[in-house]
Amino acid sequence: MKGIFSSKHTAIKSNSHQFFTALYSRLLMLIILAVIWQATAWFINSADFPSLLNVIDSFIYHVNQGDMLANISITLGRVFISFIIAMILGVIIGILMGCSDKVNELSDTLLIIALNIPALVTILLCYIWLGLVESAAITAVVINKIPTVVVMIREGARVVDQDLLAVAKVYKLSPRTTFFKIFLPQIYPYIMASARAGLSLIWKIVLVVELLGRSDGVGFALNTLFQFFDIAGILAYTFAFIAVVLVIEALFFRPLDKLTSRGMNHDSA
Amino acid sequence: MIALDIAIKNKCYNNIDAVVLKDINFSVKPGEFVAIIGPSGCGKSTLLNMLCGLEESYEQKLLCNGKAINGDESHKLGYIFQQPRLMPWLTVQENLQLVLPTPKHETQQKSQHEQINDLLNQVGLSGKGSYFPNQLSGGMQRRVAIARAFAVNPELILLDEPFNSLDAPTAAKLRRLLVELCQNRGSTVIFVTHDLSEAIYLADRIVFMSNTPTSIIHQVDIDLPKPRQEAGNKELAWQAKLMNEYPKILAGKTN
Repeated sequence: MKGIFSSKHTAIKSNSHQFFTALYSRLLMLIILAVIWQATAWFINSADFPSLLNVIDSFIYHVNQGDMLANISITLGRVFISFIIAMILGVIIGILMGCSDKVNELSDTLLIIALNIPALVTILLCYIWLGLVESAAITAVVINKIPTVVVMIREGARVVDQDLLAVAKVYKLSPRTTFFKIFLPQIYPYIMASARAGLSLIWKIVLVVELLGRSDGVGFALNTLFQFFDIAGILAYTFAFIAVVLVIEALFFRPLDKLTSRGMNHDSA
Repeated sequence: MIALDIAIKNKCYNNIDAVVLKDINFSVKPGEFVAIIGPSGCGKSTLLNMLCGLEESYEQKLLCNGKAINGDESHKLGYIFQQPRLMPWLTVQENLQLVLPTPKHETQQKSQHEQINDLLNQVGLSGKGSYFPNQLSGGMQRRVAIARAFAVNPELILLDEPFNSLDAPTAAKLRRLLVELCQNRGSTVIFVTHDLSEAIYLADRIVFMSNTPTSIIHQVDIDLPKPRQEAGNKELAWQAKLMNEYPKILAGKTN
């Protein structure tokens, strides 16, 4: 009991304290990794294993030369478009499958097939059937991503609280209000989870798509660097893109998290 | 004003074969406060759900002012469930707004705002409009649920053991609140409970139910003057007389 009370009183103080402790331990981990890397690189002393400093040099070179920023923004554009399309379609299909047993029975097999088609096969077929064009690239990524979104949203739609929907029916709420105020908020956590998992999956697939059939973007750049065996360049690109994704996470997902978990995690009075 | 004519020949659940309700016939006069008492699990909640169209049976004839109930009635309905059933992601204010029509212009919005504040005042939650349900105690959440039911100015109010699992003083407070809100509104009320003294305090008439398959075993008008007292002398005497006549009535038996 005593512990609970004291933690409540110092909650505000310890919140900022906790934040800095967490940041500190994260940074510490990064620094340790960097030191180990640098030391190993010195020890091995091989062109195939560039040191951290080499990678940083390469990063600066690629940024200054001008192609890295352009490639990253092109890739980000593709990630963004295919992410939006995949999420919208996936959420719609997921809700339909979760709510209607009939739709679920009809499309369940299709879903399992779609989940298990290798990403590479989808990409190749899209390029063959649609041609080496931008829309083929986007389509391939979207087709790869939709099934995983559907699976998660379907679970969310299945566990929607029928008692709350009964409230909507008793008070004769419009279908629109019922959907946006009562149904959708219950599957927000599932949408957030699939969006998070989705972003990382999508950007990896986009790179493959670019490598196979586009003449710009990070995937294309990585392919070129591979031709020259420029390992420092490959690592520089990788870290640059991971940094971008981290920024997106902090800028978009954290605030969205706050919005979607509205009213959920409070101590009761 | 809402009058109900209830005739249910039998009602089964979809997934099990057992009959839940059997030969339930009774009428409710406009503005009447009817308490339904029966052993737990006897299908009282099912009956309420049928009265608002949430559940139905093939062999039923439920009339509301002479018209069949199908869930699309135009009358205003307030339903206070066993659990508060508030939307946790909406504030108290928004939970009440949810059941009210969307205001079309600013003056309407203002008057709706005032209406909600008045209601919160009445249920003793003034200033709590911006709280989320999870930040309120169980008793407070129930008061919000009560406010929500009365926000629509209901002509028919259904209550499903609304004061269950509350501590005695809180339950007593909410009962007084219910009496207060029901006065002057002329609403017809159906109140499901298993607490006899609660029913005697509130209702005009008590309908007693049996165990499943549930049917009506006894109906009695409470001829005590209102306002009544909770566990007052007259009320206790009335209850003692009834229990003397039908000692096993709360267990769903008349003899």
